Amino acid sequence: MAFAVPSRGARRTAKARRGFATPLILLAPALLWLIVFFIVPTISLASQSLQTGDIDNGYVLTWHFQNYADALSRYWSQFARSFGYAAIATIGTLILGYPLAWFIAHRSGRFKTMLLVLVVAPFFTNFLIRTLAWLIILTDSGPVTAFFRATGLTNLLQAVGLTDNNSLLFSHFAVISGLIYNFLPFMVLPLYSSIERLDLRLVDAAGDLYANGWNKFWKVIWPLSLPGVVSGTLLTFIPASGDYINSKLLGNTQTVMIGQVIDSQFLRVLNYPLAAALSFILMISIIVLVGAYVRAAGTEELV
Amino acid sequence: MSETATRKASGELRLVELVRTYDEFVAVDGIDLDVPAGSFFALLGPSGCGKTTTLRMVAGLETPTAGRIFLGPNDITNTRAHQRRVNTVFQSYALFPHLNIIDNVGFGLRQLKVDNWKPKAMAALELVKLADRAKQKPRQLSGGMQQRVALARAIVNEPEVLLLDEPLGALDLQLRREMQIELKRIQSEVGITFIHVTHDQEEAMTMADTIAVMRAGRIEQLGAPSDLYDRPATPFVANFLGQSNLLPFAIDGQTGGLVKALSHGHTFLVRPDQLPSGVLEGLQLGIRPEKLRLVSSSDRTLTNRMDGVVSDVSFTGVATTYLVRMPWDQEITVTQPNDGSNRARLGEQVTLGWDPHHSFVVGAS
Repeated sequence: MAFAVPSRGARRTAKARRGFATPLILLAPALLWLIVFFIVPTISLASQSLQTGDIDNGYVLTWHFQNYADALSRYWSQFARSFGYAAIATIGTLILGYPLAWFIAHRSGRFKTMLLVLVVAPFFTNFLIRTLAWLIILTDSGPVTAFFRATGLTNLLQAVGLTDNNSLLFSHFAVISGLIYNFLPFMVLPLYSSIERLDLRLVDAAGDLYANGWNKFWKVIWPLSLPGVVSGTLLTFIPASGDYINSKLLGNTQTVMIGQVIDSQFLRVLNYPLAAALSFILMISIIVLVGAYVRAAGTEELV
Repeated sequence: MSETATRKASGELRLVELVRTYDEFVAVDGIDLDVPAGSFFALLGPSGCGKTTTLRMVAGLETPTAGRIFLGPNDITNTRAHQRRVNTVFQSYALFPHLNIIDNVGFGLRQLKVDNWKPKAMAALELVKLADRAKQKPRQLSGGMQQRVALARAIVNEPEVLLLDEPLGALDLQLRREMQIELKRIQSEVGITFIHVTHDQEEAMTMADTIAVMRAGRIEQLGAPSDLYDRPATPFVANFLGQSNLLPFAIDGQTGGLVKALSHGHTFLVRPDQLPSGVLEGLQLGIRPEKLRLVSSSDRTLTNRMDGVVSDVSFTGVATTYLVRMPWDQEITVTQPNDGSNRARLGEQVTLGWDPHHSFVVGAS
């Protein structure tokens, strides 16, 4: 969409007149916040990840890069599982969220605001409580499990290795379900704002130009909603790959995610250097994955 | 019959008893229309008269409540938009913002699985003189250029009928004039049937071979622009296409092959062939402002005359427009070309005259 951007020349004169003081003063609180609570901790975490020692005698910075090798060799499967879960959950939220966002944006009429509030409604409850509720939803004696058993879906899930023991809880399936549920609003809201802006006359035009329903979606609607898809998938994938509550509450020893490993290394094993190295690997892998993804999606072309 | 054979045989559009209602509101109220192949046809009317709804039904974007639509020999009433060999130039242009110009123009060809679509798309862009913009995005083009891209995107598919929905509405006056001539040129070059929806009577008259004037979901009158202008059938058409002075009259015998019309105590002569057949009540005599002359009271060359007082004078350069108040309080509009003849002053008593061949008669409203 075209915005009326003031010309470069006009901006320059405005800058020259007002100087840099005002923006700096306005930015100062945020900059200070970032320095104290992000830059400094990141540096200290980086230093910690290269230390050796133990909790009783203290840790010293020895540039011990072996910590990273240890972290990767011992926990690569948890890394892989985390990104796998996050990817599946992201695709799941996209599949559930896209029709929902479309419906709210173009078909809900006067219920639009109410439906948007309902999308955000789960946030009114605590994240832990919401996840714990899934223990009850997926419990062996509950209606969901009964339905899955009656329809034979449990057998299907078991055959693909997502559940065990003819139940739903404490399985890959339960963890992924929890992730999808918890992150669905983060997908729906950006999708909604992209889809809502979409000019439906373009869909008419595509039909007029011989596009059938399938092509109307893939050639016009989907590319025009890509900005929403990209921000929705990022907002889902990034926190989902670092999440550890869902797998802790709904999973078993076979569903351990990297967040859980970091949690136990920091708080129970007290191996700070290893925990710090794990955190750094997680952060850098996410940056690399996301960077590659955004490049591939080419969002700057789309706005 | 093969696809190409049907395409060759058609291009002619026929609407039969077409109706579209929305709940209680009747947008299109039984339209019958024959648009011959290769013609430039205009649907003209004020906003809300149902012209755009009619167009959208032909495009397949709207479903008729009743009636049939034929494209050549085929009944296309129940086919989907993408199954009709009909393309539309939308009022908003509706160019795909994520595609560059050449991909916009080639969109339809690719959907139709036309081999080697790119040269065809480029040829269409050349037709609208935008070949050098092929790689740009729609937002980098001006409104007039976007309009031409929308046109190229539609005609490149060689539709049987091209629909234009107020295509020039968003352009400024000068650009609109240029595009009117441009559209006319392109139409005669490609020979596709054009159906042009507009509320601008000048635009319709400039471009179309045939105009259908629509009002409240119905076709009020159909004909060539000059026929509609010189012989409007209803007061609505008389005033929608240009301005008219209307005088109610009653028939009062004949003289010398002309009908005597009695109006406000004056007797005017009217050509009998202008009287609508059958209607003898509520007749009105119409005279266009440019057909009236300011004459001297002694000049007897024009037989139809009436006297009044000039109540307003406005000079527009090419002409002077007067409002002349009649004794029965009606204000008559007169346009006097700037040809050096004497101008009247405000408050002056003047005589208006016209030739019986220059007036027309409309039935009751």
